[in-house]
Amino acid sequence: MNTLVLRVATRILFPLILVSSVFMLLRGHNEPGGGFVGGLIASIGFSLHVFVSGAEALRRMLRTDPRWIAAVGLGVAIISGLVGPYAAGTPFLTSAWTSVGGVKVGTPLFFDVGVYLVVVGAMLTFILGIKEQG
Amino acid sequence: MEHASARVPLYSRLVVALPAGLFVWFASMVPSVAGGEAQFASIGWLPQLGVDLAFHVDGLGLLFALLITGVGTLILLYASEYMRGHPQVGRFTAFLVAFMLSMLGVVLSDNLIVLFVFWELTTLTSFLLIGYSHEDSAARRAALQSLIVTGAGALAMLAGFVLLGNAAGSYSLREMLAGGADLAGHPAYVAMLVLVLAGAFTKSAQFPFHFWLPNAMAAPTPVSAYLHSATMVKAGVFLLARLNPVLGGTDEWAMTLTGFGAFTAVYSAAVALTRTDLKQILAYTTLMALGVCVMFIGLPQGRGADEVPLGAVAAVAFVFVHALYKAPLFMVAGTIDHSAGTRDIRSLGGLRKAMPWSLLAAALAALSMSGVPPFAGFVGKEILYSSAIGSTYGVAATAAIVTANAMIVSAALLVVAVPFLGQRPATRPTPHEGRWPMWIGSLVLGVAALAAGLFPRLAFEWLLLPAAGAVAGRQPHFEASLWHGFNLPLALSVVTLSAGALAYRQRNRLTGALGSALARLRVTGDSAYDWLMNGIARVSVAHTRILQCGIQRRYLLIVFATLGASVLTTLVVKGVIAWPAHVPDVSFVEWLLATLIAASALVTIRSHSRLLAIVALGVVGTGIALIFLLHGASDVAMTQLMVETLVVVIVAMVLLKLPGFRREVRQTRLGRWRDAIVSCVVGLTTTLVLLAVTAEPSHRRLTEYFQRTAVPEGFGQNVVNVILVDFRGLDTLGEISVLALAAVSAYTLINWRPRRSARAAAPSKAFSEAEGAAKPETLS
Repeated sequence: MNTLVLRVATRILFPLILVSSVFMLLRGHNEPGGGFVGGLIASIGFSLHVFVSGAEALRRMLRTDPRWIAAVGLGVAIISGLVGPYAAGTPFLTSAWTSVGGVKVGTPLFFDVGVYLVVVGAMLTFILGIKEQG
Repeated sequence: MEHASARVPLYSRLVVALPAGLFVWFASMVPSVAGGEAQFASIGWLPQLGVDLAFHVDGLGLLFALLITGVGTLILLYASEYMRGHPQVGRFTAFLVAFMLSMLGVVLSDNLIVLFVFWELTTLTSFLLIGYSHEDSAARRAALQSLIVTGAGALAMLAGFVLLGNAAGSYSLREMLAGGADLAGHPAYVAMLVLVLAGAFTKSAQFPFHFWLPNAMAAPTPVSAYLHSATMVKAGVFLLARLNPVLGGTDEWAMTLTGFGAFTAVYSAAVALTRTDLKQILAYTTLMALGVCVMFIGLPQGRGADEVPLGAVAAVAFVFVHALYKAPLFMVAGTIDHSAGTRDIRSLGGLRKAMPWSLLAAALAALSMSGVPPFAGFVGKEILYSSAIGSTYGVAATAAIVTANAMIVSAALLVVAVPFLGQRPATRPTPHEGRWPMWIGSLVLGVAALAAGLFPRLAFEWLLLPAAGAVAGRQPHFEASLWHGFNLPLALSVVTLSAGALAYRQRNRLTGALGSALARLRVTGDSAYDWLMNGIARVSVAHTRILQCGIQRRYLLIVFATLGASVLTTLVVKGVIAWPAHVPDVSFVEWLLATLIAASALVTIRSHSRLLAIVALGVVGTGIALIFLLHGASDVAMTQLMVETLVVVIVAMVLLKLPGFRREVRQTRLGRWRDAIVSCVVGLTTTLVLLAVTAEPSHRRLTEYFQRTAVPEGFGQNVVNVILVDFRGLDTLGEISVLALAAVSAYTLINWRPRRSARAAAPSKAFSEAEGAAKPETLS
């Protein structure tokens, strides 16, 4: 599967896919997209990378076990849900919004980032687990 | 395990202040409660269900609260010394305190559901405490046994509570008692009675559920002294006493309680004499005491009962007397175990010089236990006797209680006279007295038993009569005194003491006869429990073999066959198979996509290569995604597309790793037909469900709500995403939690290597058993 075409294409596509996954994540609130799709797109990018460079190269690039990424994502999502209760005394996961330099920023964004990280972490756990299986 | 030089952690001494403070607090309520003013406090919890955290301190609750905190103070002090040098003393202390608070919750709850919750908390903490020495398989078994027996009883009890609450119209005990609801004539009365008694009898270890209590002696001695004599096992007695005004007064109630109680009392007093371990003897005498309490709560009174509900007074007095003598005897048994290194009375003797304080405490407790004047035990026994004589079951009840008490006198001599008097066996190491916390608690309780006997009026007026009043449902007029003159109960007391002393002198002959009689019992509670547990294990092994054979194909077959059959049956039975009234026009592109999907599905089935099959399946998913896109569900389409891509990638990776990729195993002809039929049924069912759904007029209420509120409340144009991350955020949180958990589990499974021997034996065995019926599979 590791052909020259795939290798060259991956070199160009991999960063583009990652950027577009983040783009999908961020625009999700108003246009089609969101953390779930963004995470899936990023996972596809990473699986291309695995096919070309192998599991070890991806692990080196990530610098951490993908299970940690999933765990951090879950933590981010939970913490974003706690902002409302602490700031305004509302129930858990109620969104809280503020404005930073004219741009509206709210806890749902961080919640979505958490979803993104969990999806990426889980998918990479599957992919790396299978790839490294002897 | 214990080291005399190890330090006692400060917290294990300081924690004693908690029960001590609570004891003082409850003691300060005594005058007002004795004056007829019950204390009440309530916090809303589930008001919609009529369940509030309501607490209610009346005479009965206060008596138990004082016993729990008072004995608890002394036991915690004792435990701090007993567990000296033990590696997990912090955990032990925490369990013990948690138990104490749960037990307080049981006796003070006003709401039946809250009472049940605390009841189960005592079951759980008891489980943790019995299984405290978790390296010991006997302790683990005893812990599980007590959990299963009392937990099963508690579930029955919960059902009984629900019936009771519905029949009385309230879960509040106070309202139930004040309303004077007459439940005896209720059609569900017998069901309520049986279910509630199942809970009370398992918790208070009445025959035939008694077997778990002697096994629970595997717990450290402070636990046995506290939970399994003075407090937790009394919870069942407490419940019966508490519900006596509501459920009692009928023939069913009287006969069941008196019968089970009397049998338990006599049977376990006899077994106690055949035991040689101090804790086992005490455990069986505890069973006897519980039997006596149950018996006298139920005992119907004859003449003059309207004035004095003697049965209730007797039961309450006996609860009090028993706590004052049984806890010290257990504590002394633990001290003896520490000092002399054994609890077996056959190798104990002559400890009187080495352990004077323990001897004093044990002697006081044993005298009260035997019912020697002027101890509280004597006063309690006199009331038991006059109540039994005056009851409608006069002779039978009196005979049972006198027999049981005579054997208890022997047992008291057995646990005190044998270890302390006589000659010390030369082979044992030199014993020594424990440090002061080891004997101070038992001494305090022994002195209290003496004081309560000397001043019975005080104890009765302040504590016992208000409690008995709560049991009987009316305030009893009762004059307690130590000396009643020469009468029948006194004569019976003399008979009891002499018979007990005689039985003690003749103990070798007596225990021989009793032991051989008991050995003839074929079925014991313990063996029935084992039979039941093994049966459950066998059934689960059998159905695991069928359902979880380890073959993915078989799993899918079971899942889809069940799905298809159950949904199709529902559709037919409910008669909802319908053709939509308005069939929408199908465009050319949609026809094209449908053809593509169907063709790919056919390729998937017919393909001889797994890789081709999975790619074709990916085309099916992509086609579906395109249909979503045609109908404007761009978010769903995009996600579907990504998921399909990733599934193809991941499955392809798995397939590349699979050994023998080209030597694909094929189903038999018959198996393929079976799979085809199941697939067609599932496909047909899904189609019918979709048609039935579209035949209904669609509700757009939710769609309109979300379209209206997404921008003003969620600040987002993309309604789907606003729902995911804001409106239904908790659902999403649940989903990503499942995803993370699935990833971790899959990682573990992928990296799991069975040990060489297990790999050689287990999977092939499961495979051959599961596929045994099928013909050998052919290779293509």
